[in-house]
Amino acid sequence: MAATERSGMTVRQKRRLSRAVQYAVAIAVVALVAALADWGRIADSFLRLDIAADMFPEVWASFGNTIAYTLLAFVFGMIVGVLIALMRVSGFGPYRWFAAVYVEIFRGLPALLVLFLVGFAVPQAFPGITWPGGVYGQVAIGLGLTSSAYIAESVRAGIQAVPRGQVEAARSLGMSHTRTMVSVVLPQALRIVIPPLTNELVMLTKDSSLVYVLGVTASTMELTKFARSELTDTANATPLLVGGLLYLLLTVPLSALARRLENKGDHR
Amino acid sequence: MTISGLHKRFGDNEVLRGIDLDIDEGEVVCLIGPSGSGKSTLLRCVNLLEEPTAGTVHAAGHDMTHPDVDLDAARRDIGMVFQQFNLFSHLSILDNIAIAQRRVLGRPKAEAEAEARRLLAQVGVEGKERARPSQLSGGQQQRVAIARALAMGPALMLFDEPTSALDPELVGEVLSVMKGLAADGMTMLVVTHEMSFAREVADRVVFLDGGVIVEQGPPAQMLSEPKTERAQGFLHRVLHPVD
Repeated sequence: MAATERSGMTVRQKRRLSRAVQYAVAIAVVALVAALADWGRIADSFLRLDIAADMFPEVWASFGNTIAYTLLAFVFGMIVGVLIALMRVSGFGPYRWFAAVYVEIFRGLPALLVLFLVGFAVPQAFPGITWPGGVYGQVAIGLGLTSSAYIAESVRAGIQAVPRGQVEAARSLGMSHTRTMVSVVLPQALRIVIPPLTNELVMLTKDSSLVYVLGVTASTMELTKFARSELTDTANATPLLVGGLLYLLLTVPLSALARRLENKGDHR
Repeated sequence: MTISGLHKRFGDNEVLRGIDLDIDEGEVVCLIGPSGSGKSTLLRCVNLLEEPTAGTVHAAGHDMTHPDVDLDAARRDIGMVFQQFNLFSHLSILDNIAIAQRRVLGRPKAEAEAEARRLLAQVGVEGKERARPSQLSGGQQQRVAIARALAMGPALMLFDEPTSALDPELVGEVLSVMKGLAADGMTMLVVTHEMSFAREVADRVVFLDGGVIVEQGPPAQMLSEPKTERAQGFLHRVLHPVD
């Protein structure tokens, strides 16, 4: 072969050589970093076991709040998101337009800004109104609004992915439009969108760290805020590491679950 | 069932150009014709899955094209079987047949499921009540779809190429269920390419081409000695595909 004659190597040999070189470079970089790093100092600022141990058991309360904020926002987001998705596929124009504008607004605004709006702007503009549930209510709505826009888009895609024949079969049995939606389309659509919804839950878990801007107290603190105040108290970064690991404890299994559900995807 | 002056247009494409067709109670009519002739569209205009552009449809005692018609009520009395079965993929076989009985007719669960089991026995699909549609063969799925339509107690059954999506060896089991229905006196309108079924079961065969009924008559005459050239050509191509 021509390639063999010119370089004296077959294509496969070339590929093997190139791999070997890449491995060698990677190992060299890692070794260099390991040799140059000041391990004592790194351990001192990140890996102080005594500081880590001191965070327990108090850290569990903030961990619980992170989960609570995430779930509250997710439930709010699901309820509003499904409604918006149904409006988005409605035959009635004004519903569709309202839903389209809603999605564009809340998908286009930063979650932090929406949280500020809910937490500060609305109470200021409407002094009579207080959100039910205190900080928990504010978070459910403040983070849930943003989330609902993404959920609405996922669910809309799911509804449109349900084959037309399923609707025709339901209608030919005498089911009304609404009954068809509730009994046939939505159950199938929600099954289709479980993977993206799981991803949304991962995003929300991380976005719950924004809650600190609402001025939380010791009892309503979530994980990031707690880790940061520990960081200040101890002048050491170990609390951030502990907090980070606890986030991963939530998000990695969720992501793995989403991947598994995606692979199982075709349930038909 | 009475159809008169039926037109259906999709944009610039006029698929049905004036159809008049009567079907008596208990009659079995097979609708044949080349693809694109408007057979399926005609069928779908009967229960208004497609809205006719012009003309009237009376079916199972309902004035389907009247502006005040209660379509949901009317469709209960008109069963439909689709080429692609269209079983509800998220429900078990039993629930596929029970769900409309419960949600549309308001039957109690136990009664709906008893009726579902009876119908499954009638179409010869037993021991699969808890299975999902995807776990059944195409022939079984189509028989379940027939049972699902029968569960509403229809006065008229529409079949839209019920065996076209099936492997050849599964066609017979579906046709024999349909034959049983015909023998029980069900009024049936069947779009089909199964000429042997038409010959054996139909009371009348209607040949549709270019959106109009070109010719109709009893199967023996229609299938063996059609009068029109178009029907002759079509039947020759269907019955002798290799020549």
